[in-house]
Amino acid sequence: MLKLEARPEQSRLMAIGSPLLALLITVVVGTILFALLGKDPVRGLYIFFVEPLKSVYALTELAVKATPLMLIALGLAVCFRSNVWNIGAEGQYILGAIFASGVAMTADKSTGGWIVVLVLLAAIAGGMLWAAIVALLRDRFNANEILVSLMLVYVADQLLSYLVYGPWKDPAGYNFPQTITFLKSTQMPRLFSGFRVNAGVIIALLAVAAFWVLLFRTYAGFQLQVGGLAPAAARYAGFSSRKALWTALLLSGGMAGLAGGLEIAGPLGQLTPYVPAGYGFAAIIVAYVGRLHPVGIVFSSILMSMFYIGGELAQSRLGLPKSLTGVFQGLLLFALLACDTLIYYRIRWQAARPTAAKVAAISTEQKVA
Amino acid sequence: MSALSKRSVIKLAGWGSLAAAAALVGCGKKEEAPAAAASAAPVAAASAPAKAEPLKVAFAYVGPPGDGGWTFAHDNARKALEKELGDKIVTSFVEKVPEGADAERVFRDMVGQGNKLIFGTTFGYMEPMQKVAADAKDVKFEHATGYKQAENMRTYDSRTYQGAYMAGVIAGGMTKTNTIGVVGSIPIPEVIRNINSFTLGAQSVNPKIKTKVVWVNEWFNPPKETEAAQSLINGGADVLMQNTDSPAVLQTAEKAGKYAFGWDSDMTAYGPKAHLGSAVINWAPYYIKATKEALDGSWKGGTGSWWGVKEGAIDFVSISDKVPADLKAKVETVKAGLKDGTFEIWKGPIMGADGKEVLAKDAVADDKFLGGVNFYVKGVEGKIPGGDKK
Amino acid sequence: MDSIALLLAATLNAGTVLAFAALGLLINERSGIVNLGAEGMMLVAAIAGFAVGVSTGNDWLAFAAGAAAGALLAAAFGVLVIWLNTNQYATGLALSLFGAGFSAFVGIKYTQEKLSERPHFSIPGLADIPFIGPALFRQHPMVYIAIALTVALAWFLYRSRAGLVLRAVGESPESAHALGYPVRRIRLAAVMVGGALCGVSGAYISVVYTPLWVEGMVAGKGWIALALTTFATWRPARVLLGAYLFGGVTMLQFFLQSEGVQVPSQFLTMLPYLATIVVLVLISRNKAFIRINMPASIGKPFFPGS
Repeated sequence: MLKLEARPEQSRLMAIGSPLLALLITVVVGTILFALLGKDPVRGLYIFFVEPLKSVYALTELAVKATPLMLIALGLAVCFRSNVWNIGAEGQYILGAIFASGVAMTADKSTGGWIVVLVLLAAIAGGMLWAAIVALLRDRFNANEILVSLMLVYVADQLLSYLVYGPWKDPAGYNFPQTITFLKSTQMPRLFSGFRVNAGVIIALLAVAAFWVLLFRTYAGFQLQVGGLAPAAARYAGFSSRKALWTALLLSGGMAGLAGGLEIAGPLGQLTPYVPAGYGFAAIIVAYVGRLHPVGIVFSSILMSMFYIGGELAQSRLGLPKSLTGVFQGLLLFALLACDTLIYYRIRWQAARPTAAKVAAISTEQKVA
Repeated sequence: MSALSKRSVIKLAGWGSLAAAAALVGCGKKEEAPAAAASAAPVAAASAPAKAEPLKVAFAYVGPPGDGGWTFAHDNARKALEKELGDKIVTSFVEKVPEGADAERVFRDMVGQGNKLIFGTTFGYMEPMQKVAADAKDVKFEHATGYKQAENMRTYDSRTYQGAYMAGVIAGGMTKTNTIGVVGSIPIPEVIRNINSFTLGAQSVNPKIKTKVVWVNEWFNPPKETEAAQSLINGGADVLMQNTDSPAVLQTAEKAGKYAFGWDSDMTAYGPKAHLGSAVINWAPYYIKATKEALDGSWKGGTGSWWGVKEGAIDFVSISDKVPADLKAKVETVKAGLKDGTFEIWKGPIMGADGKEVLAKDAVADDKFLGGVNFYVKGVEGKIPGGDKK
Repeated sequence: MDSIALLLAATLNAGTVLAFAALGLLINERSGIVNLGAEGMMLVAAIAGFAVGVSTGNDWLAFAAGAAAGALLAAAFGVLVIWLNTNQYATGLALSLFGAGFSAFVGIKYTQEKLSERPHFSIPGLADIPFIGPALFRQHPMVYIAIALTVALAWFLYRSRAGLVLRAVGESPESAHALGYPVRRIRLAAVMVGGALCGVSGAYISVVYTPLWVEGMVAGKGWIALALTTFATWRPARVLLGAYLFGGVTMLQFFLQSEGVQVPSQFLTMLPYLATIVVLVLISRNKAFIRINMPASIGKPFFPGS
């Protein structure tokens, strides 16, 4: 029978192999699903994994989709490593978008392109503010950050709705719930003409480098990690858990807000009730599949974007339902968590317990010998 | 199994997936080659007496075709279009396209797939469609319920307020508490206009009625619609109408022994005892007209079409037997009047809920007026979320 | 007065949904396991219950199907968390995300379906008492079952041997293990029962509360149920009261709208979630209070000494 045996130390191979194995499992299940639905599995896999990479346009779209995921996941990685469970990144993203829009609306024809910086700073501030509420309630009142951050997502959504239906509604917009389309000066510069990808991608990649340095080369990062892995040891060493809590939440809130601001200063260009796109939740999967490591997150955010875009394409090419994307994403995380055990344990065959007869037979043999 | 062979299994898995991916790319290219050859063939054949290649028509839906309401109506029309024009066209659709940044990608992909006529079936696609239209001048874009146009983009809408009015006539006659209720979706002019028209219709047979409104702030959320409907019933309303997309309101009325209407599609089956009639939208006549124009080259952008009973886009169907004959007859009269243009719903004098006159005696509202309705008429209780802006 | 009575009745109905799920989660958490997958389990159970309801026309079979679906998913979660010792929070989240996608996927065929006509329930005689009658006695049997369940659970936890063992496992699995109790199997049983109750709640939503299927129809009630167990400091009676309170707040916002209260509807919609936060803060403030009431081993993995 199979038995789990703890490894003396974590397997480095499995640390990298586990996400790949999880992906493989997801692909296999996906193939079965395609076949069950009567679609050609090879074509299905092609649409999910190859088509989003096929042309320059496709690659830029992948970048557009991956940027917010990457940014949010980086912040969440810090959080989860510190054992702070920020589930409300979606709400912080929304607040970032709201604050960004607030600044963008002040622009007029004479405003220069420098306002983009303000827009993004405002977005970061908005996300941080929302996360600060969670931190405060946990710090002062010991309120569970999972539930508070999650409830704040719903509150943020309603706040957005109130603003776009009410005070911020475009007066020339026929009473439809949306703000004015923001002026070009508030928009991020595009990288190549004709494609939607903008400088946000650069920011995201810079963030990857910055977070890598933070986590693995600074004392603060070290403190955060120890706090998460061995809280007792951290306390003993004098690392402030309160500081860790606030750092983790403010950082992840700011990143989520930045992602929201980039969407406003980028593909969206205005504030609408449709800003919440679920990135805050998808980023949780991205963070995990990326092993909570900045470089890993780059790959996992690309993978996740492929699921999204592939899901869209699969609809129009194969007539597959949109919910398939959600199934794959959830499955990937499940498989990953299961495979992760292999980092800490190895699987061994354990011989069946010898029966009394066998023991007797063996000992008789031995006596004879 | 020793630890070493485990390691090699994992390595194998890793390389295996990479290999599989490479194989897929290779396979993919092969698929493209035969596809290219196939499309080359018809071109060659076209030099002979040509049968024109079918026009590719694509639809973007905001919800699932199975919502029983808004998207269901659009998809039914798409199917009717296929039936009507047969092999002259090939249709496809993408469902649950979110209003926002993702929509742009979907529309670009539709263009890339060779679609020449694209329908976007909800307001929130306006900006994305505009952007893509600017880059794809040879593709025709039709946008539902919007207001921005371009050389290759135009808008279309249906006069749902006519259906609401007819429902109101029945509601006014059937209510015993003189309180009727509306479950409102999103407070845009279209919906407010519907609430007002519902009220005007009811007042035309029963001047004493008042209308209560509860907003769910979404187009489609059955549990919320249920709760909203229940609260209207709790507040004394015994006939309900909705501007939301699911049958939940009707079902709630059925459970509580009250009356309600179907909206967007015929919802009789969802509440046989409660159902008094359904205000339905039929997009097929417009889709057929637009597609025919695209086929014969007479399609022109930059205009907006607003079709109603006259053009066959709006109807009020399945009136229940519980409705007395004279009330039914009144509805039929209204319908006939709308069809031949002799009856105007928005004809003065009409008073606003604040007591000021919005339409003078005998004045008829034009489309511009109707398009900007964001006030309640007299008889509707409460305030519009986000405030009235006159 | 009539509308207040109806409001009460609606509150009981709405609260029952939360009560079943929260009671299930309470059993879970009493054994030391936090299952964040409540939303996902409820969604899958909702479609399972609806599908069975449509094909058999029998409500009770539908509830059973929902319970089975919930228990099954919970078992998968349990194996991962209890035997493979995966992180409870992440695994629960994965379950929620997967459940959302999976239920939407499976439910595609059912969006047009409807259930056969529901019978009207009312207790003869009692239902005609003015005010109390319409408020309390015209409910679906499940409403009363929820109340009975609460009583039974309280008895189980505090007056039965098995309940004592469960609580012991939650307080200190190591001690329970030392005493010879099969800690992991007890935890799995708790997780599965919890999943089954979440499943009943999900089926109730799609079969009784809003007899339809639409994706995402649980709309966050699973998360509110999770908050409820903390709010109620893991005691069944408080869970039930809390469930009614939250159900009431949701109905209240529409009530206020229809009475013409001049607050933007979005702020009214925020009410249940803000209420949850406020309540969480109030409850969690007193660390000692929490420590006394919270099962000590919640969220921590258990390794039977190997």
